[in-house]
Amino acid sequence: MCTVCGCGESKLEHSHDHDHGHDHHHDHDHGHDHHHDHDHDHGHSHDLHYGTGIAGVHVPGLSQSRIIQIEQDILGKNDSLAARNRAFLADRGIFALNLVSSPGSGKTTLLCKTIEMLAGRFPVAVIEGDQQTSNDADRIRATGAPAVQVNTGKGCHLDADMVAKACERLAPSDGSVLFIENVGNLVCPAAFDLGEAYKVAILSITEGEDKPLKYPDMFAAAGMMILTKMDLAPHLDFDVEACIANARKVNPDIVVLQLSSRDGQGMEDWLAWIAEGRKRAVTARINTLEAKLKAARESL
Amino acid sequence: MHEMSLTEGVIRILEDQAAAHGFAKVKTVWLEIGELSNVDPESMLFCFDAVAKGSPVAAEAKLEVVRVAGQGFCLSCGQSVAVSNRFDPCPECGGFGLRITAGEEMRIKELEVE
Repeated sequence: MCTVCGCGESKLEHSHDHDHGHDHHHDHDHGHDHHHDHDHDHGHSHDLHYGTGIAGVHVPGLSQSRIIQIEQDILGKNDSLAARNRAFLADRGIFALNLVSSPGSGKTTLLCKTIEMLAGRFPVAVIEGDQQTSNDADRIRATGAPAVQVNTGKGCHLDADMVAKACERLAPSDGSVLFIENVGNLVCPAAFDLGEAYKVAILSITEGEDKPLKYPDMFAAAGMMILTKMDLAPHLDFDVEACIANARKVNPDIVVLQLSSRDGQGMEDWLAWIAEGRKRAVTARINTLEAKLKAARESL
Repeated sequence: MHEMSLTEGVIRILEDQAAAHGFAKVKTVWLEIGELSNVDPESMLFCFDAVAKGSPVAAEAKLEVVRVAGQGFCLSCGQSVAVSNRFDPCPECGGFGLRITAGEEMRIKELEVE
């Protein structure tokens, strides 16, 4: 783990040859290049004034400190990078989904099946997040879709910076669908915007129907909940209606789909939803380009 | 343990602020953590001690967590109400579908610096 920030051995992996270390970006120069070239204007209200210390009085021999109000969101940095990703994707008419779930809900299986069924309709690209191994990216590449594996090392989630770097390598085609498979974890990825259009929370019916209540942050952040492994329903006591009711308690607007990657039930609804989202992304791009074209024509 | 990366974000902000406002050390950081946010304050305090050691600006800083109570607006009855859990029904009318209006904060409010 990086001793500066605890960021873990976060790295991007693109090839099959496990060339670890070559792309471990330690972007920590920020901490070591302080610029002290600004003016120290001691008449400024932010600067030293005896009596403006925390106690409001000047106590000889004690150092005076000052209060600075900064009102900055801790996630501000991530959010601004996510906004940049969102602009990158919008420029290219790419529809991006951030898939989140517990480990073992069947995210990768669903993704493989989805890619198979979308073959020939429009381009698909995948960013795979896991703590270790490139197993999932290998599974995706076997379907023929381009994939980049991001290994977070000790990290428990993908962040916007990792996705930006992965996008650079992946170079997804214009008008494609980008699936970002987050680290299997229903807690941490909820807080990190990656620039996606929607978070899609995947819940398999071998889990409990109260999961939306146990992990409300994630289900509140998600635009869609997919119940997977529906082919197992006859063998399980999973109460679908109760689960959906729980999800709606946390997020009244959440869209719910039920499907099985194995027997294909519900897959058409999922594909139709993806196609609709992609259509919107491409239409938005066309509108932007037409507006630019119009402006250019008018400037002739 | 996303508190670790959040804490790293805090340290980064402190270092940026040190450059912008011209101070060498942070003595206290007041951090607003909403009761409905994704953060465990205890874990944040733990991580901060570990991460701050690596930063000259933040090494001696004390982290003060200010909790912000959850608040929501009920779409059913149109009232602003207190929310202690995201999935709680409206305490006034019992309806679900509260829009959270406060309590999701994760924000550095103030710094005491020298």
